[in-house]
Amino acid sequence: MIETRDLWVRFGPVAAVRGLSLRAEAGGWTALIGPNGAGKTSALRALAGLTAYEGEVLIDGRDARRLGRRSVARLVAFVPQKPETPPALTVAEYVLLGRTPHIRYLGGEGRHDRDAATRALQRLELERFAERPLGSLSGGELQRAVLARALAQEAPVLLLDEPTTALDLGRQQLVLELVDALRNDGLTVVTTMHDLTLAGQYAQRLILLDEGSVVAEGTAAEVLSAPNVAAYYGANVRVVEDQGGVFVLPVRR
Amino acid sequence: MAATAGTAEVAPHVEARGVSLRAGLAAVAFLLVSLAIGLAVGPVHIGIGAIIRSALSYVPFLHVDQRLGAVDHAVLWQLRAPRVALAALVGGMLAVAGASYQGVFRNPLCDPYLLGVAGGAGLGATLAIIYASAAATGSTWTVPLAAFAGAIVAVVVTYALGRSVGATQMTGALILAGVTMATFTAAVQTFVQQQHTQQLQNVYSWLLGGFSTATWHDVVICAPYIAVSSLVLVLHRRVLDVLSLGDDEAASLGIDVGRARLVIVVAATLGTAAAVSVSGLIAFVGIIVPHTIRLLFSMSYRAVVPLSLIAGAGFLVLADVVARTVLSPAELPIGVVTAFLGAPFFALVLRTSRTAR
Repeated sequence: MIETRDLWVRFGPVAAVRGLSLRAEAGGWTALIGPNGAGKTSALRALAGLTAYEGEVLIDGRDARRLGRRSVARLVAFVPQKPETPPALTVAEYVLLGRTPHIRYLGGEGRHDRDAATRALQRLELERFAERPLGSLSGGELQRAVLARALAQEAPVLLLDEPTTALDLGRQQLVLELVDALRNDGLTVVTTMHDLTLAGQYAQRLILLDEGSVVAEGTAAEVLSAPNVAAYYGANVRVVEDQGGVFVLPVRR
Repeated sequence: MAATAGTAEVAPHVEARGVSLRAGLAAVAFLLVSLAIGLAVGPVHIGIGAIIRSALSYVPFLHVDQRLGAVDHAVLWQLRAPRVALAALVGGMLAVAGASYQGVFRNPLCDPYLLGVAGGAGLGATLAIIYASAAATGSTWTVPLAAFAGAIVAVVVTYALGRSVGATQMTGALILAGVTMATFTAAVQTFVQQQHTQQLQNVYSWLLGGFSTATWHDVVICAPYIAVSSLVLVLHRRVLDVLSLGDDEAASLGIDVGRARLVIVVAATLGTAAAVSVSGLIAFVGIIVPHTIRLLFSMSYRAVVPLSLIAGAGFLVLADVVARTVLSPAELPIGVVTAFLGAPFFALVLRTSRTAR
């Protein structure tokens, strides 16, 4: 469980996030949506402790500031929008780097760490790829390796910044299904997302940000209305609701 | 997080490679052969067997007889051995510092002179050679100390300059600050040099680097710095792998990126400054050795850092042998040798490794 209270992120005189309060429960998926520059990524980075903030971030009820960097890293795994994947590292080596918060600063991996990395590889069905260099993987396989690295961290909270950028439609679904399965295992998932339809289909809770402030919050049906999308994205859309979910379809003006 | 059914049968091989047995043995063998060549080659012929016997005679309880004559003994232990030892220390240090700089700045073109070490040391040495010798107060300590001090001052100023830009663009700013510092010190150094053309030869020969005047005294001066620095860097090999994921990911894995970078830069700089102060400016070692290791063995810093240390030592010992034998009794500047031998060798490695993939 991860929670923020009156979270502000400032870059000089500009406030990227203004007083965000959210609560993401274990086994739930929260999506931060909003137009470019709305503050989604800044909010997510504050949750991961990667940027200075005012207000509070609570992880399982404990103040993140008091936990210290290593303890936060044991509780929160973060996957940036464009993860750095050194091409010559093998998948196993890369996934083992996810064990860093559990290893002493100048230490090496122990049996326990190799076991955790093995479980992460198995969970994402990457066993066959363990000894392959990252450079030889396809885009979808690479994204799975990145997820395995985050999973090896064994943190109960998983933060993903735009997990589907640069993937084709099929691989987007594949990755989101994997994240959904991990959520089902009991992880707390918070993502930023561009694609509103996909956000509505996978996240139980959507938080719409504009200029750093929360302007709408709730289920897909509540947040993804045509007027909301018009007002905050400046986009002309038709919103279709049926049993399959809420579909946000762009319509030419 | 249980494994999904049916996938547990094949246990994947999950291990970070580090230094493989093959690579480790190859590097150590290369170093030993280089050391043997370094001790054996020279105008006075001394056989390998005699060298080994002579070395063993210093080991207590073995009771091996020393069979070398007094002159050969002096040539071996007072001329060649300190020279070989110094070349090994400097080569190892430059290579391991280069590998670390490349890791910490995530830039394959970084070398240990990146943050102004070379310029600062060059300026310090130039000032010492010109003014200390003019004042006739120069001891054997003066030039190395001035070079060391110049290097440290230059890097501290570079770091302060880079830091003032702010933490977010720090790596880029540091590299630019290093370039600025190098240009500035080069300008001052050239100016001072032009004012004292009578010392030009001495300044120039220091700048080109070399071991022709190596003594055990030099070895003792720089060995502690190099030992501590390279130990710190070797211990950071896994941290360097984590840093290769970028600042954000390293931080999200619990690493204090700023502090880790500072520790690595300080260690690499101190060691490099110590190496430069006793050897002058020897180009190319810090780039060619780590890259050759990467191309031949592994890209993981767990392998690159320790292997660079060993192979760098061997490489510079061999380069020094070439420097003192090719035009014997005259000497080539060792920097000319490292570049002249290094560049084609590196091109060859680059080419073969590309066709192999």
